[in-house]
Amino acid sequence: MKSKYDAIVIGAGHNGLTNAAYLAKSGLDVLVVEKNDYIGGAAVSRELHEGWLYSNCSYVCSLLRQSIHRDLNLTRHGLMIVPYSGTTNFSLNGNYIAEYGDHDMQYREIKRHSLRDADAIHRYETDLMRYAKLIRHFLLRTPADPTSFKPRDLGEMMFMAKKFAGMGEEQVYEFMRFMTMSAGDFLDEYFENDLVKALYSTSSIIGTALGVYSPGTAYVLLHHVMGDVDGAVGAWGLARGGMGAISNALAGALKEHDGEILTEAPVAQIIVKKGCAKGVALEDGREINADIVVSNLDPKRTFTNIMDAADIPSDLRKKAENFKIRGSSGKVNIALTGKPDFPSLPADHKLRNGSFQFLDSMERMERAYDDWKHGRWSDDPFIEMTQSSVWDPTLASPGHYFVSCFIQYCPAEVEGGWTPDKRDAFGKTVIDQICNYSPNFRDHIAHMEVRTPFEIENEIGLTEGNIFQGELTIDQLMFNRPFPGYSQYRGPVKGMYMCGSGTHPGGGVSSACGANSAREILMDLKRPNVVPEDDVDE
Amino acid sequence: MPMQTNLQAADTIDHVHEGVIYSPFHRRTSAKNINQQWSVWNGYASTKYYADAHLEYFSTRNTCGVFDVSPMRKYRIKGPDAEAMLNRMVTRDVTSQAVDTVAYNIWCTDAGKLIDDGTLFRVSEDDFWLCAADPNFDWLQLSAVGFPNLEITDISEDLASLALQGPTSCALLKAMGFSGIENATPFSIMRFPFGAGEITISRTGYTGDLGYELWVDPADAELLWDQLFSVGQVYGIQPLGEDSLEMARIEAGFLAPDVDFHGSLHTVDRGHDHSPLELALGWIINFKKGHFSGRAALAKEKAAGKHRRLIKLDIEGNKPAENSILYCDKGCKKTIGYVTSAMWSPVVKANIAYGLVEGQYADGPIWAEIYHQKELRWVRKLAQCTRVTKPFWAPERARQTPPSDC
Ligand SMILES: Cc1cc2nc3c(=O)[nH]c(=O)nc-3n(C[C@H](O)[C@H](O)[C@H](O)COP(=O)(O)OP(=O)(O)OC[C@H]3O[C@@H](n4cnc5c(N)ncnc54)[C@H](O)[C@@H]3O)c2cc1C
Repeated sequence: MKSKYDAIVIGAGHNGLTNAAYLAKSGLDVLVVEKNDYIGGAAVSRELHEGWLYSNCSYVCSLLRQSIHRDLNLTRHGLMIVPYSGTTNFSLNGNYIAEYGDHDMQYREIKRHSLRDADAIHRYETDLMRYAKLIRHFLLRTPADPTSFKPRDLGEMMFMAKKFAGMGEEQVYEFMRFMTMSAGDFLDEYFENDLVKALYSTSSIIGTALGVYSPGTAYVLLHHVMGDVDGAVGAWGLARGGMGAISNALAGALKEHDGEILTEAPVAQIIVKKGCAKGVALEDGREINADIVVSNLDPKRTFTNIMDAADIPSDLRKKAENFKIRGSSGKVNIALTGKPDFPSLPADHKLRNGSFQFLDSMERMERAYDDWKHGRWSDDPFIEMTQSSVWDPTLASPGHYFVSCFIQYCPAEVEGGWTPDKRDAFGKTVIDQICNYSPNFRDHIAHMEVRTPFEIENEIGLTEGNIFQGELTIDQLMFNRPFPGYSQYRGPVKGMYMCGSGTHPGGGVSSACGANSAREILMDLKRPNVVPEDDVDE
Repeated sequence: MPMQTNLQAADTIDHVHEGVIYSPFHRRTSAKNINQQWSVWNGYASTKYYADAHLEYFSTRNTCGVFDVSPMRKYRIKGPDAEAMLNRMVTRDVTSQAVDTVAYNIWCTDAGKLIDDGTLFRVSEDDFWLCAADPNFDWLQLSAVGFPNLEITDISEDLASLALQGPTSCALLKAMGFSGIENATPFSIMRFPFGAGEITISRTGYTGDLGYELWVDPADAELLWDQLFSVGQVYGIQPLGEDSLEMARIEAGFLAPDVDFHGSLHTVDRGHDHSPLELALGWIINFKKGHFSGRAALAKEKAAGKHRRLIKLDIEGNKPAENSILYCDKGCKKTIGYVTSAMWSPVVKANIAYGLVEGQYADGPIWAEIYHQKELRWVRKLAQCTRVTKPFWAPERARQTPPSDC
């Protein structure tokens, strides 16, 4: 480690690593400082029990920008995104609705529950795809500042206006309506069957402190279908080796361009002198200098934790304090010595290899949300259980399984504060829920990692355990993300930038925030841009 | 506590069948499909060709051929409001459609964009069947808003259906004992006792030749097939696969959904769907009948007259213009559209195609950029196209009653 770099990135989350890789690629001398003894933040794979590799936080991949994967040679650095197959959503009587890749089978599957819904699925998917295609134009672009008259902002506004208008007048109205709607209301416009609606509603509340009937959740649903796997928009894949493979590959690209990473180095403060960022002070007292300092931390942490109130405008400090970053999700990672059995599925049925959910109706999800509002974890939790190791042989030895369970809802704070006992009680509720559908599931458990928002915050520094580094509500999106006036990745002092998921285009493993931020930094340094354009659909 | 489950055993749940499903004729079609050449249509195994596509295709022009249309989606709209509801949904005048007739129809969004096409059977005053290549139940439900006195049911699985097409088709049906069938006029429906119940025969089809569609209870499907093929021996009967039917329908001037047009409910990008005016379907838009879905938009578009046009092309040379881009000049400076369907027509000995072009270029010179292979080597050529207004194949017998060969 040197005492001075051209740029320091605080946090080795995947966005921090992406940002650093591009700065290094452009020729800057870059250091990433990470508080943990491992890199990746919420895109990490760790072996917490010998023989099993967990995707501890994020577990599936769709948003990662393909053009970055390609541009940074991530495949050469060990990354492979592999497809996996659909979800089975069980109802209380063991019957279920499943997602099939095959169009005709999907039609017949929905038809088991509702002929009309089987037909309506195409209309639903077409409308959602229209919005996804629109949004996809903006992922690897810096949001325009709508109040600015700079040629670049005017150009971006024009670009945006053109893409909107390109949908046609009627669709512009529909889109505006969509953006402010609840997922529940949106789904009610297409479908009649509760189980069908339940299946499609789940992505609208993932990582979100809202219920399916809260306005704004239709957008969250869209946020989960705007990615792609090899051009199949809306599809999700797995990173071979767990989500940490993404961060490791990004670190490989960073090192290829001579960037450095310092772990176990929590930053106490960004050093500001005369209104300019000058470096970072580590908690252990060391200081490292740089004229460019980029924070991969969420905006609330960045401006209330590692920046001195005296260095930033009071207005910004207030915005950071008010930033909506409520945690609502838990994660239970489980090492199994046998494959989970679901007696309602025929032996050897291919659905046994997919993911599982246990949700009859949106009402049940809403009730799970009610618990959260009262400061309790859901008594009857929603679980998305992905059997990652069925598709990725590197996660567990043959005959052993790793399953990843994402849970809604779980609050950041419970009465009396989180304790290990309460955490385990939360974990038990999750296992009880699974055992309802897979009675001998418990017998296979070799080890499990239970994570409430408390663990998520303390381990990787996501404030309140919010998985997206800030809620994805319309008041915190596009040119309002994270705050009005700060959407172009620049902080309040010269040389200070943001690059985490708290910036546009928001949470998820996309590398887009880090890449967009790098582009802005290079622009300020008057260096040629090295960040690629997105492979947007023609 | 999580909500308590009461799990059913796997064998009590109606899991969907994985892979293709079979039409009521499958045992028969599969036996004749000697190379097992299948495609998938609405999830059903549908034969691409049986043994010899060229020979099978010619049966529609020379003898007769049988195509299994069971995978079509069929809906029954029944009740006092059925006529009014359908009249608002489709572009033709349903109120003037006589009982026991069929009308080729289309339905559009309010924006005047084509959703799908199909045939509307009026089986009694208040009872209709709608047959289409793709599912339309959702749109039927949406179109029935405000019409409470009717019932819409999917009868797709309740009917097994075959298209019998070609010059000897009438004679064959007569020989099978359906006497009087020769008096069926085009687009009319007749019924005869058959098997355990009844057979409905409509003088309809997708080949442009003399032909009929036969509708029976699935339980009688194999009986129908067997009778057709035993009696049909001397009438030169052949089974038809999708490859042959596709050729016949292009010659006849019929459109194929998802080939010549993209249904508007499935279209993501503006401009990738179509108005029926573009597709030369103006002749079935009845502006006089009063309101129907899309009327205002279509009237406006018609008045402006600037829409794209799907036109029939006769193209020089013998290389089919599949996937070709169309230009108004041989130098390919100005793209004016593209080919949607193309083939060498064995019966008329012409290189034919449909082209969708910008309206203003429809009457001018048109050149097709054709890529074809010579022993694997790809070659590009520019071929001059001549616009044709009549269907490429429209024999007299298709309109005669009784037909000439019967
Ligand atoms: C449980 C969970 C499940 C998820 N599931 C998915 C999913 O399946 N798919 C998907 O696409 N997305 C998912 N997400 C969201 C996604 O993982 C995140 O949005 C994304 O990984 C955030 O990346 P980032 O680089 O912006 O920030 P982070 O990953 O939060 O990185 C910030 C980094 O900064 C470090 N740090 C914090 N404070 C300091 C400090 N003071 N000094 C030095 N370093 C510090 C942290 O340790 C961390 O490494 C999930 C998130 C969670 C938590």
